[in-house]
Amino acid sequence: MWDYSDTVKEHFFNPRNAGAVAEPNAIGEVGSLSCGDALRLTLKVDPQNETILDAGFQTFGCGSAIASSSALTELIKGMTLDQALKVSNQDIADYLDGLPPEKMHCSVMGREALQSAVANYRGEVWSDAHAEGAMICKCFAVDEVLIEETIRANNLSSVEEVTHYTKAGGGCSACHEGVEEVLARVLAEQGRPFQPSAPPAKAPERKRVAVGMPVMSTRLQTPESADPLQPVSTGAASVTSAAARPKLSNLARIRRIEQTIEAIRPNLQRDHGDVELIDIDGKNVFVKMVGACSGCQLASVTLEGIQTRLCEDLGELVRVVPAQAMGRAAAQRA
Amino acid sequence: MSSKQPPIGIYLDNNATTMVAPEVVEAMLPYFSEQFGNASSMHQFGDRVGRAIKTARQQVQALLGAELDSEIVFTSCGTESDSTAILSALKAQPERREIITTVVEHPAVLSLCEHLEKDGYTVHRLKVDGQGRLDLAHYQSLLSERVAIVSVMWANNETGTLFPVEAMAEMAHEAGVMFHTDAVQAVGKLPIDLKTTAIDMLSLSGHKLHAPKGIGVLYLRRGTRFRPLLRGGHQERGRRAGTENSASIVALGKACELAQAHIDEERTQVAALRDRLEQGILAAVPNSFVTGDPSNRLPNTSNIAFEFIEGEAILLLLNKLGIAASSGSACTSGSLEPSHVMRAMGIPFTAAHGTTRFSLSRYTTAEEIERVIDAVPPVVAQLRKLSPYWDQDRPATETPGQSPGFQPAYA
Repeated sequence: MWDYSDTVKEHFFNPRNAGAVAEPNAIGEVGSLSCGDALRLTLKVDPQNETILDAGFQTFGCGSAIASSSALTELIKGMTLDQALKVSNQDIADYLDGLPPEKMHCSVMGREALQSAVANYRGEVWSDAHAEGAMICKCFAVDEVLIEETIRANNLSSVEEVTHYTKAGGGCSACHEGVEEVLARVLAEQGRPFQPSAPPAKAPERKRVAVGMPVMSTRLQTPESADPLQPVSTGAASVTSAAARPKLSNLARIRRIEQTIEAIRPNLQRDHGDVELIDIDGKNVFVKMVGACSGCQLASVTLEGIQTRLCEDLGELVRVVPAQAMGRAAAQRA
Repeated sequence: MSSKQPPIGIYLDNNATTMVAPEVVEAMLPYFSEQFGNASSMHQFGDRVGRAIKTARQQVQALLGAELDSEIVFTSCGTESDSTAILSALKAQPERREIITTVVEHPAVLSLCEHLEKDGYTVHRLKVDGQGRLDLAHYQSLLSERVAIVSVMWANNETGTLFPVEAMAEMAHEAGVMFHTDAVQAVGKLPIDLKTTAIDMLSLSGHKLHAPKGIGVLYLRRGTRFRPLLRGGHQERGRRAGTENSASIVALGKACELAQAHIDEERTQVAALRDRLEQGILAAVPNSFVTGDPSNRLPNTSNIAFEFIEGEAILLLLNKLGIAASSGSACTSGSLEPSHVMRAMGIPFTAAHGTTRFSLSRYTTAEEIERVIDAVPPVVAQLRKLSPYWDQDRPATETPGQSPGFQPAYA
């Protein structure tokens, strides 16, 4: 069963604005071929100031499609058409306290219906060029079409690169077989062979990669790194080059840690998460995951990413520990 | 039959999995505690377990009507049995590079075949008609010495439609081709007598017949050329290595004994309740119909398409009323793909989306069925009120002055 938030359930069981509004002057009708859902959105727009006076939906679709439609109508009522067009899929999902990644397309349909209705009101013709492919990465809801296009546009040749550019495969890694298949197919079209261990065609743009996003390469996927209290032994490889660096003073070391974490934060914030430095105790760096990061199943992977970055920047092995584990770490040391 | 009921709610999803029968739980429990031995050991601890496994093997043999108990190979699940059968046939006959199956198989077979295609095998998928039936003349034309194995399900999990596997096995044998059937939905619901058929291999799954999850069987007719999937120990006569799951094997044996004792009830009591449910719902809900082949199907399964509404929404509302069923809707599957079975039968997606499967068991009661008959029509009406394809009390296309009805732009 899907893990629906209470708000999704509430909007499904008690949908707001169900049915068509009386005498609508904007109608949007869209459907999704990938799942077969369809939606009609009817609006009553004030011609004086283009304010949406009333909105109603009729949806042929699953629980989250109905809940997304209900949320959309609640969001846009009282807005002007231009304001309403700025409502994003993420806004709809946020309003519902989140949707399962596989169900994000239900909120996309709501937005498309809105665009279609506005076009209808303005006497324009709306068409949608958005193609949707089979879902490859369920952790980050990345579909086949996006992966294919990204491979072509950036001349990618390895699973690791695909992960860097699209996030696909950065979570549980179960989809790596699927990513390899897409890669092999696209590379074959270009007459390039797919070599699973091929060196990257060009250096991956590390800076573009959101550190903290679970995009760290497979060399980090060691069994011992599953326990946040275990130092990551593989980090050793990345610090050897820094081994010759002079030892930092305590103050400089703390500043460096702060700087590194500050540099990581924007990337987490982009995904509605954040991280806070709580304390430093010897080799232990205690952090608190907040926002979308807290409770995220991938939080431990994110911690690993932060840890690797810190090890690289400091030139020493440290371990990043969730603040909740402070007591446990202290006990272990004693 | 036992009077014990499932704890809460009305469970009509027995094709997904079944309650473990209380007698089965009782029979298996000692094999977690005092009877913990390894059946391979020389001492009394192992010997007692070995004997219990022997009894279980005979109980399975009896339900399947197998000639010999050595034809029963315990596995971990139906999927393992399917994979073992198909991969064994390919391995044992490397010169044969073709497989015949159907478009409506379970993913346990379909996904494997898709994967084998990438390895260069040719897969023939027999199509079905609007009621889910096969074209046997077409099947005949595909049989050749290039075919390593035919794998065809006995009963479809979604519609309950039965395939004529006994006749198809005969046809395969005449052409010198091995025949496997995935019978996980059929075993325990239909009388089966394998010794009188030409079926070489058959898969069954314990949890579909009131045994626990994690135990299955591959029936392997004596003399069928075989290559194991798992090699290692000598368990299962070297055909499936790995220490026996003794508690679950004992449980499956007991479940098979119970299934055999109750097999007539499937045809009488269970089928009667299913028919009552179906007629009750169809009479109360307009624009609904049965999918599959109602004249030739499992006694416990009814798959009803409710037009213009979506299955997950139906299930969520039914679940709120304590009723458990399942759906062929895209949104209820992890893959978000609409049911391949409904698509194969050419059911339009406005109906396929709303297909709802009710699958009963011998534990289903008449009172439960009446409650479901009362519960379903308001649920359907509530969702149709939200549907753009529906207008007041009829499809939007049929509303005067409204035609051609709702025609969304598809993305």
